[in-house]
Amino acid sequence: MVSGSSLTSTSTPSTSLLKDELDIVIPTIRNLDFLEMWRPFFQPYHLIIVQDGDPSKMIRVPDGFDYELYNRNDINRILGPKAACISFKDSACRCFGYMISKKKYIFTIDDDCFVAKDPSGKEINALEQHIKNLLSPSTPFFFNTLYDPYREGADFVRGYPFSLREGAQTAVSHGLWLNIPDYDAPTQLVKPLERNTRYVDAVLTVPMRTLFPMCGMNLAFNRELIGPAMYFGLMGDGQPIGRYDDMWAGWCMKVICDHLGLGVKTGLPYIWHSKASNPFVNLKKEYKGIYWQEELIPFFQTAVLPKECRTVQTCYLELSKLVKAKLGKVDDYFNKLADAMVTWIEAWDELNPSGNPGSTAAVKPNGAAKGK
Amino acid sequence: MWQTPREQWDMSLKIEDNEVDIVIAALRSNLNTFLEEWRTFFSNFHLIIVKDPNLEEDLQIPPGFDHQVYTKSDMDRVLNGASINFSGHSCRYFGYLISRKKYIISIDDDCLPARDNSGVIVDAVAQHISNLQTPATPFFFNTLYDPYRQGADFVRGYPFSLRDGVECLLSSGLWLNIADYDAPTQIVKPHERNTRYVDAVMTVPLRAMMPFSGINIGFNREVLGPALVPGLRLVGEGKQRWETIEDIWSGMCAKVICDHLGCGVKSGLPYVWRGVGSDADNAMDSLKKEWEGVKLMEEIVPFFQSVKFPKTAVTAADCVIEISRMARENLSSLNPVYAQAADTMEAWVDLWKGD
Repeated sequence: MVSGSSLTSTSTPSTSLLKDELDIVIPTIRNLDFLEMWRPFFQPYHLIIVQDGDPSKMIRVPDGFDYELYNRNDINRILGPKAACISFKDSACRCFGYMISKKKYIFTIDDDCFVAKDPSGKEINALEQHIKNLLSPSTPFFFNTLYDPYREGADFVRGYPFSLREGAQTAVSHGLWLNIPDYDAPTQLVKPLERNTRYVDAVLTVPMRTLFPMCGMNLAFNRELIGPAMYFGLMGDGQPIGRYDDMWAGWCMKVICDHLGLGVKTGLPYIWHSKASNPFVNLKKEYKGIYWQEELIPFFQTAVLPKECRTVQTCYLELSKLVKAKLGKVDDYFNKLADAMVTWIEAWDELNPSGNPGSTAAVKPNGAAKGK
Repeated sequence: MWQTPREQWDMSLKIEDNEVDIVIAALRSNLNTFLEEWRTFFSNFHLIIVKDPNLEEDLQIPPGFDHQVYTKSDMDRVLNGASINFSGHSCRYFGYLISRKKYIISIDDDCLPARDNSGVIVDAVAQHISNLQTPATPFFFNTLYDPYRQGADFVRGYPFSLRDGVECLLSSGLWLNIADYDAPTQIVKPHERNTRYVDAVMTVPLRAMMPFSGINIGFNREVLGPALVPGLRLVGEGKQRWETIEDIWSGMCAKVICDHLGCGVKSGLPYVWRGVGSDADNAMDSLKKEWEGVKLMEEIVPFFQSVKFPKTAVTAADCVIEISRMARENLSSLNPVYAQAADTMEAWVDLWKGD
């Protein structure tokens, strides 16, 4: 592990929300040059760099950032045999950063994501928007047609029940991307030149019992509320699948959030995604996932967690049992994944013993106006 | 299993202009400004203009529109004693009933065309038609919103088997300037104006309920018509939008019915500019009346959350009858408006079937 401390800087904003309560987790195998563009927004925050691939390679962190860096040797040393649950040669390894963090909130971003501009030309402080999203309630129980009612200039519309206007705690803030859209390989092959140029000025809550594809490129979450559910699975080296890490985490997370009455937001902020990955390489990674997904979706849509499961860990362990029971027959990979899910929780609890953030999430029950 | 590229497999419909009626509820007699402002976008369509039975003055309609006006005497003739109240905002439902077209678009008479973020005037009619023509995706949320829009698609992780989508039966548009708030919100924020043009259409997911505003809508009348029912009237219903709840009730009916039929509801674009004739200053007077609606919602929401249809309910009309039965059973003891709603819904389906 390597860490660095900050030097005095003159370019940081005067108020940085949650600067002592949020870690920025960045997986990288290349370099961290992209941090230069983010400097004005990220410098007040602590970074956790998870270095994938060859641990003997030196990843240089630009000067002035306060960080800790973990390579594969560190992960193996810290987790011992449990390190097997952390992917190698895949950005899924980032979830090690979630586990090792001691902060209440996490923001994670890919190293090919840059600062985007809004339609007025102003640079978007993505981190600030994520923080706003996380600090204001979600509205999963009833859809608001004017989107986020807590935003400046918006509110709940006529007909929105008053008893649901307190909303639910927000566990996850899922951001989007301009320029290279996050398409799967077949779509990339068909539309290699398509760029996302549409800035949709909205944050909205993904309704209860609705699944969505969660992209890990530009994502923030309340680690205390949902951290243990954010396991990015077994991907990359030695695994039959890739590019489904964030998807897997997102579906597990959403089932658990729905069960515990927590909210998930999607929409703003946008980042600028600069690198189009090779669609043929992607196709090889995704291939099995595209088929398996057809089994996974009904699995998650029908997954029921027992009422007694009131913490994220117990929910997640229950889910791992369901994975083994119902998906093990799809492919043996899911048996291994179910085991890895258990290992992940064991590792999480070891690194985050009771009394620390992430170990016991006190969660409010579901909203008032729900039917019986 | 493998989805052929969407350019080759276009699951979209093609809606012709002559399949659409535009229904206008005339709550004010002078429709000159309204119709002139919409002329470019309305000119290819037949208009059904329904005069609020409580409105005494003759309607002023500028020349050059292919239109038909319906008044109280038409309603009396068609109703033939049936107990449905078409006064106020509910008069538009008469237009939905009397139309013979497959699709309806309806816009409140105090709304004008809006401008998008580039300053271009929005053709709300064309946008509703586009929403109804392209599939909806209620079973899985696409984070780039409508995947059928130019420049968008399904994102990584979206199951391929769900990419055909299902038919969109209802398109619910939004409003710039005076947003559709309830009376308490209007009172707390009298000067707030909605200035945010959100450039998205999205499908409201399966089982997600929404507060459906009747101000700016399009729908498939052929399939969904009976579901848009003027069922629930507030005792103190008035002509201000926040004194009504009929659209909220019919919207919740429509949504649970669409969910049951495996069809979709979209929300978002188009925007209209709302403000002509809207009187935000009367909110305090309205609060007494509207408060009734606010209280009713607390009973209505759990009711609709519990609505389940038998397999034998295969049409919107079947489903409306089921809802009226359930409302009578579960809600009428709470408030007489619900028994009235049940009666109205049954009478509505009779009228619909009789046509």
